Amino acid sequence: MKNHVWRPLYIALCIIALVLIARMVIVPKDFGIWERGYMYGWHRKGNEADWKAVKVKYRTAAYCKDCHPDKYNDLKQSPHANIMCENCHGPALGHPEDPRTMTIDRHRELCIRCHSRLPYKASGRGAIRGIDPQTHNPELECTVCHYPHNPKREVKR
Amino acid sequence: MITRRSFCKKALLIAGGLAVPLSALELFDPKRLLAEKDSPEKVRWGFLVDTYKCVGCGFCVKACKTENEVPYDANVTRTWVERYVITRNGKTWIDSPKGARDGFTTRKVALGEGNFQDIKDEDIEKAFFVPKLCNQCDNPPCVQVCPVGATYQTADGVVLVDRTWCIGCGYCIMGCPYGVRFFHPVYHVAEKCNFCYHRLAKGMKTACVDACPFGARRIGNLKDPDDPVTQIIMTERVSVLKEEYGTKPQVFYLGLTKEVK
Ligand code: HEC
Ligand code: HEC
Ligand code: HEC
Ligand code: HEC
Repeated sequence: MKNHVWRPLYIALCIIALVLIARMVIVPKDFGIWERGYMYGWHRKGNEADWKAVKVKYRTAAYCKDCHPDKYNDLKQSPHANIMCENCHGPALGHPEDPRTMTIDRHRELCIRCHSRLPYKASGRGAIRGIDPQTHNPELECTVCHYPHNPKREVKR
Repeated sequence: MITRRSFCKKALLIAGGLAVPLSALELFDPKRLLAEKDSPEKVRWGFLVDTYKCVGCGFCVKACKTENEVPYDANVTRTWVERYVITRNGKTWIDSPKGARDGFTTRKVALGEGNFQDIKDEDIEKAFFVPKLCNQCDNPPCVQVCPVGATYQTADGVVLVDRTWCIGCGYCIMGCPYGVRFFHPVYHVAEKCNFCYHRLAKGMKTACVDACPFGARRIGNLKDPDDPVTQIIMTERVSVLKEEYGTKPQVFYLGLTKEVK
């Protein structure tokens, strides 16, 4: 048979072989079909571990308990008991080594997230005692008069 | 000498052979198919949102953005809270300024572009808040449309994105009926809520669940019949978003109304 018929075929086969070799090199070993099957489980398995390795930043109130028992106990006996410390103080991450101190946010914006009165009876918001931030002592920070860790109590100075 | 007949035969054979993808040569493993059918996995994460309890404080959004390193001032977020105000004349007002990162502190409804709608108290028929996040669907359309296998579902039902593998084509962002996907402003790849997969792996709850002071957000294992969240989903009147799409969302809601989309 004549050579010129086969030559393009050899070239095509070489290209296919090259693509397959490149694919073997580029595609990671753990790339394949995993638990969720052909439709949803087609991925690189190692990525699951990558996501699991992300650093935890919010450590929840149980972490603060031992070092700040006064604040912890105040808060837990107050109407604010369910608010996580880090909602108001930012993520603890490496505290107290890094950062040494945590942010103390005295802005009125922090408190009016819940306490700006909205007449929404169909939601929990309607049940929280609200104030109108425009008229309720607008020139002062809330913490001047209210103790954030237990708003039922007088502010001690 | 090549005949016309044998040339056609061989050409067809080669063309046909080239058309067979390599994966088709892989044999079906009945054991694996069985495993896919009733998976031995003991965990399937599900989520319960109680819209009666949500007060729109936005601490969940704040915590989510910080925990998952989504740039705080970029106008994208993995989870957000929507406010619905339905007035007596039948109008529905919906807003979610900055995804409610700073909570809802005014009764003015944001219309966008710096415009606000004042609604009088006596005009309000009902008003409430609806937190939104990825539904971790059982039939995730975003996974099906990915051309490179960069987004996928894990055995416990969470849909993840492989940042090293994503080519940034954006098909999944268009494919999600719930609009929960966006481009990460730093990595420029698809980004979405992943139920704080790193926290679940350490036995913790998601950042938004921990941040919620009112129990409006809860996460549980749907495969454990004794899990309190599973019990509520099994025994109470829960609903899901856009059920008609057939995506089988695994985020369940208490207290939705027909206005919520
Ligand atoms: C291992 C002990 C420890 C733990 C756990 C801890 N802290 Fe602290 N924290 C400290 C110490 C010590 C300081 C004082 C650092 C300084 O003033 O230099 C501090 C300072 C602070 C401050 C600043 C006080 C000020 O006067 O400036 C805040 C706010 C705070 N912590 C909040 C928290 C919260 C919220 C948590 C829980 C998420 C927490 N801490 C967990 C030890 C701890
Ligand atoms: C509702 C928001 C809020 C929560 C929740 C909260 N704090 Fe605070 N915290 C504040 C504010 C505001 C201040 C500043 C008080 C002031 O200016 O008098 C503060 C001050 C502090 C200080 C330093 C100031 C001082 O008086 O010594 C510490 C330490 C602290 N908080 C720890 C905690 C811990 C621990 C928790 C959780 C158990 C917690 N906080 C929960 C709002 C909060
Ligand atoms: C996450 C929502 C939330 C935030 C943020 C919050 N509170 Fe509260 N607060 C509540 C709830 C819930 C109650 C209890 C229900 C009630 O009394 O209406 C409450 C009660 C109060 C009360 C009434 C206490 C009483 O019984 O006399 C005061 C005052 C108060 N908070 C002040 C503050 C101040 C000041 C801040 C900011 C440092 C703040 N709150 C932040 C949710 C919040
Ligand atoms: C100058 C002091 C002062 C400042 C500043 C202040 N308050 Fe008050 N607040 C009071 C006093 C006094 C009361 C109790 C009397 C009353 O009900 O008006 C009160 C009552 C409240 C109540 C309970 C309302 C009710 O119906 O029982 C809430 C909630 C509250 N304040 C939140 C805040 C918040 C949030 C801020 C900051 C945005 C703030 N306050 C700033 C003095 C202050």
